[in-house]
Amino acid sequence: MLLIGERINGMFRDIREAIMKRDPEPIKKHAILQTQGGARYLDINTGPAVPPEEQPEVMAWLVQVAQEVSPLPCCLDSTNPEAIEAGLKVHRGKAIINSTTADPWKMEIYFPMAVKYGAALIGLTMNEKGVPKDANDRLALAMELVAQADAYGLPMEDLFIDPLVLPVNVAQDHGPEVLETIRQVKLLASPPPRTVIGLSNISQGCPNRPLINRTFLAMAMACGLDAAIADVEDEELVNVAATANLILNREVYCDSYLKTFRRL
Amino acid sequence: MTVTIAKERWSGRCLEAVLGTGSRQVKVGGEATLPFLHFEGEILNPPVVALEVFDASPQEWPDFLCAAYEGVLDDPAAWAKKCVEYGADLVALRLTRIHPDGENASPEEAARVAAAVAAAVDVPLIVLGCGVGEKDAAVLPEVANALAGKNCLLGLATQENYKSIVAGCIANGHAVIASSPLDINLAKQLNILITEMNLDPDRIIIDPSIGALGYGIEYAYSIIERVRTGALMGDKMLAMPVILLVGQEVWKTKEAKTPDAPEWGEQKKRAVLWEVATAVALIHAGGHIAVVRHPESLKHIKAHITKMMQPQQY
Repeated sequence: MLLIGERINGMFRDIREAIMKRDPEPIKKHAILQTQGGARYLDINTGPAVPPEEQPEVMAWLVQVAQEVSPLPCCLDSTNPEAIEAGLKVHRGKAIINSTTADPWKMEIYFPMAVKYGAALIGLTMNEKGVPKDANDRLALAMELVAQADAYGLPMEDLFIDPLVLPVNVAQDHGPEVLETIRQVKLLASPPPRTVIGLSNISQGCPNRPLINRTFLAMAMACGLDAAIADVEDEELVNVAATANLILNREVYCDSYLKTFRRL
Repeated sequence: MTVTIAKERWSGRCLEAVLGTGSRQVKVGGEATLPFLHFEGEILNPPVVALEVFDASPQEWPDFLCAAYEGVLDDPAAWAKKCVEYGADLVALRLTRIHPDGENASPEEAARVAAAVAAAVDVPLIVLGCGVGEKDAAVLPEVANALAGKNCLLGLATQENYKSIVAGCIANGHAVIASSPLDINLAKQLNILITEMNLDPDRIIIDPSIGALGYGIEYAYSIIERVRTGALMGDKMLAMPVILLVGQEVWKTKEAKTPDAPEWGEQKKRAVLWEVATAVALIHAGGHIAVVRHPESLKHIKAHITKMMQPQQY
């Protein structure tokens, strides 16, 4: 189970302010906390407050600051292809691009970029028409992403299909459809593409967010989820990931399993 | 129509352990693939074979096994030299005299014997206790001290007695055998406990407590296989090389011990092949160091390893 730490994101106030002041300390703090917490990737997102023309430079700065204190690779999270490429240029190790949709014009940008930089790519099962209603429509878009990976020569293990998690309070009927999509994506190719979710979306605007996140993570892992962008500073959430990993026999049991899951 | 060779892409690899010093130093492990799959990943070192030396003339060995060491059975240092002449990569000294129910020899006495054996040969030395946890925990640190700087392999350390043995290894630059009772979960946990004492992971050798052919070998086989795939999938607490205490198990079997059994054929041939079959099977499961007793077993196993180390590339 690959946990991608979500915290270095300009949507959070401390990171937004750090970006505005170009203060590296809060970035470093969360890079270290998430590395120790069990993350294997650090998501990096400039947030909406940074104007588009500044995003490439901010992305590159965030990647460098984070990698200065953490050995982890980054998951470059932006809708701006120039910001992604600026991050890739300064990145050390194998990055993940977050993300492309299944729109042809976007796939034409991001698949070649992933291949050029040897990066993995998250593909969202949506297009200009929006988020599909059910598992079948999500799978149809996942298949288009799989076909493009094949066409551009991106190894299937480097494609992460994101079936798009929506908040349980306003889009409750999507929950089971997402779980079914995760299950079925594994049948689309051999070797299969990997799967990822933006976990915290499930609890947007809800009370008891950590409880909802943890519960959904265990359920999604049982369906075959490979990765999650999540709050790895939530210790109990990471404990759930470690425990579900064990129960799925993905790691050999030992009494110190909570510790080994966090060890690099 | 071409055939594509299926090659697994492993994310991890086995740790490489270095034993002994000088020109006869032995390196084991370091593989990036399953046993002998040269076409799929790097195999840095061949598996190695050790012969056993007892600190006192063994009482229950069949005559033909004693005959192989005639004249040296009462002299561990001379016996060890004989093992090297036979082609052993390492010598495994077994401290039988320290057993509390037997002679109950002192740690100092054991250390003296170990030092004499170490001085007699230039191959790396393995020192095995008597199997009584408490006594081994008292004796092995003393042995570690006497062999300081010789980079030996000491054991067996178990979950009950590892602390003093590991401390002795850290202080004197030795590697340790971490032993668990046919249980991969305990094997992994013990490795974690030992590394938490700050012994480097490449100073640990896993003893899965094998069973001989016909006596539970299949349990050992699947555990060793799981250890290897764990290592190759990136589990660092399963990436240590594996030692196979073949001799101690095989020479307990009735197939090796029974002289008169017409339906089983000649005893010597049978006993040697029992050692060879046990060792070879478990080397193919992923074992790195086979410890055997008969020099003919050693010869056959080494011939097999040489053959298997011829690389196949596609």
